[in-house]
Amino acid sequence: MMGYGVLGFAFGLLLVSFEYDWYLAPLMSLFIYAGALQFVAIGFFNAKVGLVDIAIASWFINIRQSFYGLSLLKRFKQTKPFKNYLIFGLTDETYALLTTIKDDKTLSKKHYYFFLTALNQSYWFIGSTTGALIGSQLSFNTQGLEFSLTALFVVLCIEQYKNLQNIFPFLIGIFASILSIIMVPSDKMLVTSICIALVLLFMFKQKVRNELA
Amino acid sequence: MSNYEIYLAIAVMTLVNYLTRVFPFVFFRKKEPPSFVVFIETYFPPVIMTILILYTLKDIDFQSSPYGLKEIGAVFFTAFLHITLKNYLISIFAGTIFYMFLVQYLI
Repeated sequence: MMGYGVLGFAFGLLLVSFEYDWYLAPLMSLFIYAGALQFVAIGFFNAKVGLVDIAIASWFINIRQSFYGLSLLKRFKQTKPFKNYLIFGLTDETYALLTTIKDDKTLSKKHYYFFLTALNQSYWFIGSTTGALIGSQLSFNTQGLEFSLTALFVVLCIEQYKNLQNIFPFLIGIFASILSIIMVPSDKMLVTSICIALVLLFMFKQKVRNELA
Repeated sequence: MSNYEIYLAIAVMTLVNYLTRVFPFVFFRKKEPPSFVVFIETYFPPVIMTILILYTLKDIDFQSSPYGLKEIGAVFFTAFLHITLKNYLISIFAGTIFYMFLVQYLI
């Protein structure tokens, strides 16, 4: 739980290190509320990426979270009026907590889920706002701070491998990225890689599946 | 980007993000998802994470010294920490500080 605040802090710090206004941090944490995507968004701002490309990239960056909903369909029944907020707040962290913590019999399920989700978002919100405010006051050498984004993805990647135990999707990712780094301009790299990777994934569908068996 | 463009970008991301999360609740409440959807949702997350790592490193200059060795070193350092200590905060922060040290104090 604390981890969320600390990671949010890093996000706020990174955002203002590129001279963006501090209040963008709380704004993004309130409305977007997606860890990895908010970090990547800073890159979108820097590279002036087009809105359509942003939409496509956001969709695929967060596609794993569609999967979360799929396994929570039953548990989220009868959670009105909080259901829409619970779905909105379904981040990696919240999903992990919802699926590991046992339901408390003394509390009503929907209130319990609601407070858990809202608390998580408040940690993220407070962390990122504090990071942005402190970052815009202090002036220290932030050169290299952008590596926090790379480090975040390295960690998420290792976690994905632990779940899947299949090397093939990672090879497709590497191949698609290198190909598009060579072929297209830097600001089109993300969307191009996604398209190449999707084609490859379906071309080698059987092989990808068999690897698991 | 100007602030106006940033607000638009935030609005787009807010919308897409919510749509991604609400997707299964709208479409698969009653019926089972088709196999290609399950396939994408199972295998695409590791693909996108790999792409995102390389995306953040895409502007490295491999032609001249130090040939991206700082970035590669920091990636391995972060991965090593995460595999041994299994604490994502330590991995991310120590990895970043290690990289900041490399670029600020080493030529």
